[in-house]
Amino acid sequence: MSSSSLETQAPSPMIALAGQPNVGKSTIFNMLTGLNQHVGNWPGKTVAQKTGTYSHDGRVFTLVDLPGTYSLTANSEEERIARNFILHEHPDVVVAVVDAAILERSLYLVSELLLLPAPVILVLNMIDVAAQEGIQIEPDVLEAALGIPVVSVCATRSEGLQELIAMVERLLAGEIPYAPKRPTILPDHEATLLDLKMLIAPHVPAPYPVDWVALKMLEGDSEAIALMSEKLPTESWENVHEILYQHEDAILDIAGARYQWIERMVRAAVIRPRVGQLGLTARLDRVLTHPFWGVLVLLGVLWGVFWTTYTLGTPLQAGMSTLIEQLSAGVRTELSGAPLWVVSLLTDGVLGGAGMVLTFLPILVIFFTVLALLEDSGYMARIAYLTDRFMHMLGLHGKSFIPLLLGFGCNVPSVLGTRIIETQRARLLTILLAPLVPCTARIAVVTILAPLFFGAQAAFVTWGLIAANLIILALIGIVLHHFVLKGEQVAFIMELPLYHRPNLRTIGLYVWENVVAFLQKAGTLILGVSVVIWLLSYFPTGVAAESYLALFGQAIEPLGQTMGLPWQVMTALLTSFIAKENTIATLGILYGDFETLLPTVMSPAAALALLVVQMLFIPCIATVATIKQESGTKWTAISLAMLLVISLGAGILAYRLGTLLIGG
Amino acid sequence: MIPLEQLRPGQQGMVHALRGGRHFVARLAALGFTPGALVTIVRNHGFGPLIVEVRGTQIAMGRGEARHVLVYQRMGELADVLIIP
Repeated sequence: MSSSSLETQAPSPMIALAGQPNVGKSTIFNMLTGLNQHVGNWPGKTVAQKTGTYSHDGRVFTLVDLPGTYSLTANSEEERIARNFILHEHPDVVVAVVDAAILERSLYLVSELLLLPAPVILVLNMIDVAAQEGIQIEPDVLEAALGIPVVSVCATRSEGLQELIAMVERLLAGEIPYAPKRPTILPDHEATLLDLKMLIAPHVPAPYPVDWVALKMLEGDSEAIALMSEKLPTESWENVHEILYQHEDAILDIAGARYQWIERMVRAAVIRPRVGQLGLTARLDRVLTHPFWGVLVLLGVLWGVFWTTYTLGTPLQAGMSTLIEQLSAGVRTELSGAPLWVVSLLTDGVLGGAGMVLTFLPILVIFFTVLALLEDSGYMARIAYLTDRFMHMLGLHGKSFIPLLLGFGCNVPSVLGTRIIETQRARLLTILLAPLVPCTARIAVVTILAPLFFGAQAAFVTWGLIAANLIILALIGIVLHHFVLKGEQVAFIMELPLYHRPNLRTIGLYVWENVVAFLQKAGTLILGVSVVIWLLSYFPTGVAAESYLALFGQAIEPLGQTMGLPWQVMTALLTSFIAKENTIATLGILYGDFETLLPTVMSPAAALALLVVQMLFIPCIATVATIKQESGTKWTAISLAMLLVISLGAGILAYRLGTLLIGG
Repeated sequence: MIPLEQLRPGQQGMVHALRGGRHFVARLAALGFTPGALVTIVRNHGFGPLIVEVRGTQIAMGRGEARHVLVYQRMGELADVLIIP
């Protein structure tokens, strides 16, 4: 008994996984933790935080996946999170993952990690990709040069992970020597750094190492400088400030010295391909980044994505709808004796609201899979490169293209997909623009309504509306870029990672996490809002036309009149907040046979206004919930207000123009 | 000394200086654009973003960004590996 209690109380070592973007860090994390992982956000941040556990011989390891960063200067939220975690949470080991195929560049982060107070194990990942590009690495030579343990790993094939854990255990048990050779600063700045250290040493608070703070200040690190400006007495601060001012360009020399150190470390350990030998990536990119063939391939890929969605996703969605309707019918028969409001709550409220949102699951699964495939294979960066010129006009760069494109299927993966955009500003701008991309549900409503009013011209009207949405998206993008979210210029600097075979587990976990998160939302927030809207549409009398919702619709009828819309139509627009298809369902409830009635109560100009508003109106609750999760309450409110103004403004404009041109 | 933007595909330059804000310079430096580093142009159509190779990594960057990287053009040997028709 005592031994078992000892075992359960054995300390659970904490391993922090650090690495640059695209080095396969997440694959290692996923392979080790599997489903024993928790995805959330870093406290108070919009950066995803992944933690998990790995059990080995009765010992439980806690793994923390730090954000992928190129360096550890306080230039981005991710960099601040990564280094503050190591400084303040004291992980037992930092596992630094590097890409063997681009060893020099990925060791840059290691040159910074070695200055922090936690032992580092180097993991050489992607040795298979390196081999495919003709690069060979000798881990032993590298280990001897760096003075830290080095483990070769091929995470996608699960090779070397056992050895990695064994190495962590041996390092923790003190069985292997740990004597890292750290990079030094260039001679030009040596004296300066020493002066700086002397000045700040007595005032550097725990847990910051003095050497590290001094170096970071010299690099121009805003966080380190702010920390010391607060802690230093005025006189020392003035001296420090003077030194920093005189060495404003030190960052280039410091980075240069780190790369010189890296060159010394890898010189003997790396065997490069012969000159003239093209690796797989270079051969593929001859076509894939070509200004003509590359665009052609991209169009083919996009066509493939939509073809899959419509041939696979749409029938599945229709099947889900039928299933939900059958379930509704079943509930009606089973509960024929129950009070009417109970039946209505279950069928119209729960199944008609949250249930209808669930029918989008197949399309979501397809889109999340596509997103993960494009990202994990390395092709996403090429798409961003090819579309950058066009996206530049909207103040965005190429990385926003795919998230926005996914919006044509559903705005939810569109908003979630913005996570691939590194800068906060570009991400926010993309999130604000995403609801303006017409999703399948919006287009479905239009394809039902347009023929009622426009007959043979319905297809023309539908295409016109889609085009109008995209033009408005571009205009809003330009306005937001130049007048609202100005300031930080969007610098387009993006690594084109080497191509590699996507890892099924990584893709599976990505899809799984997002689907689970969506189901949780559907089961809580979306369900709650659906029931509230149902309550408003049912009570007080049980007759929809006399309900609170109808009363509200009547109250805003003056607004509707500016667009020639009767209160029933305004009410239908309000219920589209649950799901866009509800527009049709509500019209059915309030009018009965709306297909023959609507053209008699609304002019063509009013019909045009209805379609315009419907296409631009605030998105469905699922999208709103996702926007809130990704950007916070403030920006969600701004987004909703903006869309309300745009949709009603465009509706009124369409009505006026329509009255002038096609008659009221 | 010329901006990186003016090099043709296949041509090489040696980084001399970076212009621009502190964050921008720090970001480029971390990616390997430090004085003395060799940069090879992979794609440059005269419009739209460029693709350059530095320290074994291919980086896509906008023309504006590439104007801020000042290089000495390396004459003579062309990087035949990377010339793309």
